[in-house]
Amino acid sequence: MNYVFDFGVVFEKMPELLLGAASTLGLAIAGISLALIIGVLGVAARSSKYRLMRGAVIAFVEVVRNTPFLVQIFFIFFALPMMGIRLNPTVTAIIALAVNGGAYAIEIIRGGVESISKGQVEAGLALGLHKFQVFRLIVLKPAIRTIYPSLVSQFIMLTLTTAVCTSIAAYELTSVAQMIESDTFRSFEVYFTITIMYLFISSIMMGLFALISRHFFSYPTR
Amino acid sequence: MLTSIQTDTPLISLTKVEKWYGAFHALKAINLSVRKGEKIVLCGPSGSGKSTLIRCINALESIQSGTITVDGTTLDNNSTSIDAVRREVGMVFQSFNLFPHMTVLENCTLAPMRVRGASKPDAERIARKYLERVRILDQAEKYPAQLSGGQQQRVAIARALCMEPNVMLFDEPTSALDPEMVKEVLDTMIALAVDGMTMICVTHEMGFARQVADRVIFMASGEIIEEATPEVFFTAPQHPRTQAFLGEILAHH
Repeated sequence: MNYVFDFGVVFEKMPELLLGAASTLGLAIAGISLALIIGVLGVAARSSKYRLMRGAVIAFVEVVRNTPFLVQIFFIFFALPMMGIRLNPTVTAIIALAVNGGAYAIEIIRGGVESISKGQVEAGLALGLHKFQVFRLIVLKPAIRTIYPSLVSQFIMLTLTTAVCTSIAAYELTSVAQMIESDTFRSFEVYFTITIMYLFISSIMMGLFALISRHFFSYPTR
Repeated sequence: MLTSIQTDTPLISLTKVEKWYGAFHALKAINLSVRKGEKIVLCGPSGSGKSTLIRCINALESIQSGTITVDGTTLDNNSTSIDAVRREVGMVFQSFNLFPHMTVLENCTLAPMRVRGASKPDAERIARKYLERVRILDQAEKYPAQLSGGQQQRVAIARALCMEPNVMLFDEPTSALDPEMVKEVLDTMIALAVDGMTMICVTHEMGFARQVADRVIFMASGEIIEEATPEVFFTAPQHPRTQAFLGEILAHH
């Protein structure tokens, strides 16, 4: 092996890489926030009294979970413009991440909601709260607490999936790395560096999730 | 028996109530009328329909035929009547059902704020009043999991009282408690009875029934088999099923 390592290029391009990393973090946080909203609303809609609503949620979850993310993002970016919906790469990436993460979040949160005892719901109803208030005020928090570890690992995966958004030339860490690599041919140095950077990004996300958990879910259960 | 504040107006009336779970006939032609201030103890073997009966009164269970009227409101399938009835009827469950993610105080202020539209200071003032009354105000900032079963059940009673209901339903409130905690909950219920609350209690606490009830109602297989004042009920039960039930229950106490 006569390859000579030269991390100089990487250091030279560090500002660009950091910007890419920041963008990745931004995509992830935006995607996760929207995915969480989709997840919660989806679970609420899934127990709607309207069959059509329930069916729509189930169909949405099945379609998203049984098709590749790459195809989903291509569909939004290349197919929707044919129907007059034209979105820039960043918006496309956020929507694709939100839709994908949202479908998984629905399934995960639903598991949590089902784990809450019927007595909790009845106590809420008996106090005069409406069904949706019971869901929002009584069921949701303990439900999410129950499945929080699964939800976090799903959202960490979503954070890493932002790399796929390179395929539509969205601005994020992997696409920045690709550009630097094609300029410098320093494949090892560039990809080694962003590997480390992704580890950092994941740790930041884990830290954020831990903070959220400490803030919302620290009430004692036994 | 306590002297109770009673009037002749029926606060709750059930007429020919029928309830089915699929093919299972849970309530059969139930007629029951409860006056304001009256204390009813419902007893009977498990599966006799006593819990189902009180759960129909606040529409946690729907009925297939018959009518239920609470304080002038007849329950039908529209949510207006259900809302109206639930605002007036408090319920205490066997398994406490406190909300684990809220403090004791928050458990008590939730419904007054969200259902009655009370302001936070008002709701907290009311909550503190009732927590004081069930002698647990010192635990107001704790979470349910930090309390004993008896304390949790007293909080559940306070939580229901915070809605200032006209009627309290108790669904086996002491059955999930360790024996040493039964008394504190019963004492709370007795105090409530003394204050004139209209109460329907599903319970096997016969001492409580003797002390508090105006009427004891015995149910079996979805029917009201017998009803009487406690003296008559315990000393001269008429129906063989009542006699058998009392024999069994008193043998264990």
